[in-house]
Amino acid sequence: MSEITVDSAHAMNADAPMPFHVRDHHPENGTLLGFWLYLMSDCLIFACLFIAYAVLGRNYAGGPSGAELFELPTVALNTAFLLLSSITYGFAMLSSQRAKLGKTLLWLGVTGLFGAAFIGLELTEFAHMIHEGAGPQRSAFLTSFFALVGTHGLHVSFGIIWLVTLMFQLNRHGLIPENRRRLMCLSMFWHFLDVIWIGVFTFVYLMGVLP
Amino acid sequence: MSEHHNHSGHGADHGHHAHDDHADHGSLKSYAVGFLLSVILTAIPFWLVMGKVFDKSNVTAFVILGFAAVQIVVHMIYFLHMNTRSEGGWSMLALIFTVVLVFIVLTGSIWVMYHLNHNMMPSMAPGAAQQMHEMP
Repeated sequence: MSEITVDSAHAMNADAPMPFHVRDHHPENGTLLGFWLYLMSDCLIFACLFIAYAVLGRNYAGGPSGAELFELPTVALNTAFLLLSSITYGFAMLSSQRAKLGKTLLWLGVTGLFGAAFIGLELTEFAHMIHEGAGPQRSAFLTSFFALVGTHGLHVSFGIIWLVTLMFQLNRHGLIPENRRRLMCLSMFWHFLDVIWIGVFTFVYLMGVLP
Repeated sequence: MSEHHNHSGHGADHGHHAHDDHADHGSLKSYAVGFLLSVILTAIPFWLVMGKVFDKSNVTAFVILGFAAVQIVVHMIYFLHMNTRSEGGWSMLALIFTVVLVFIVLTGSIWVMYHLNHNMMPSMAPGAAQQMHEMP
């Protein structure tokens, strides 16, 4: 931030205030940076849950282990859903940059469907596990598993609610600067959740089934 | 950056300079490259585990953790458009701070808890059976 003062002193002499406006422009930059900081703090929440799983993940208390519970084809399908939703959100962003409202809404809708498919599959998996008696109260491993994966699923669910809200706002007001800013924030949120999922499928599922 | 001209929403008062210091909106090419890399970097770990390629679990674990780390970097660059210039470097600074924190807390916790488990479980230490007997 120090270059602003330098620049402004320089700019007053030169009678050209533009240079420092350009350097520190965009009122929405504050929002994007603030949202990024929120994501970083969210990252710390997930770090704590990952640590809990790292410490407790092998304490089965005589109950089922990850190798018995996890079905990797399902996890692979879930990963594919989330990855596809990431790229379709990217397409929505590209359409919004070209000021194509209809296409933006279409891609957002596709993203939401992939997200819903992800949540649906995850809930089916959870229900199946709880039905088998492997609920969160069974062992420390399952408590930390449900806490970590459940928190991620909750984030995705709220992301879908936000996405639907944003679609209504876009439909009503069009691609105004405010909506573009919201699109950017949700884009960061959505891609961030995909980043967290990389950690989940690697650390929890893939390493969980290793003998 | 090919989309210099079509960015009406970012305000006419800032003109074209808006893109010079933060190219954070990506292009079709960057999304496609990121997606392809992610698919490859996801498929290989799944194949390694499901195909039981390595005999030792430790080797597989290290390799898939390596793939995960690379894929996280790919996502950061191609999907989240991280670079050292966006937001005047502040987002990168926050990211580095978070990564350092996570690294310290994660490795520290695993290290401490592993040794705690190791030392608290008499059956794992040499001469454990004897210690068990001497316990009241």
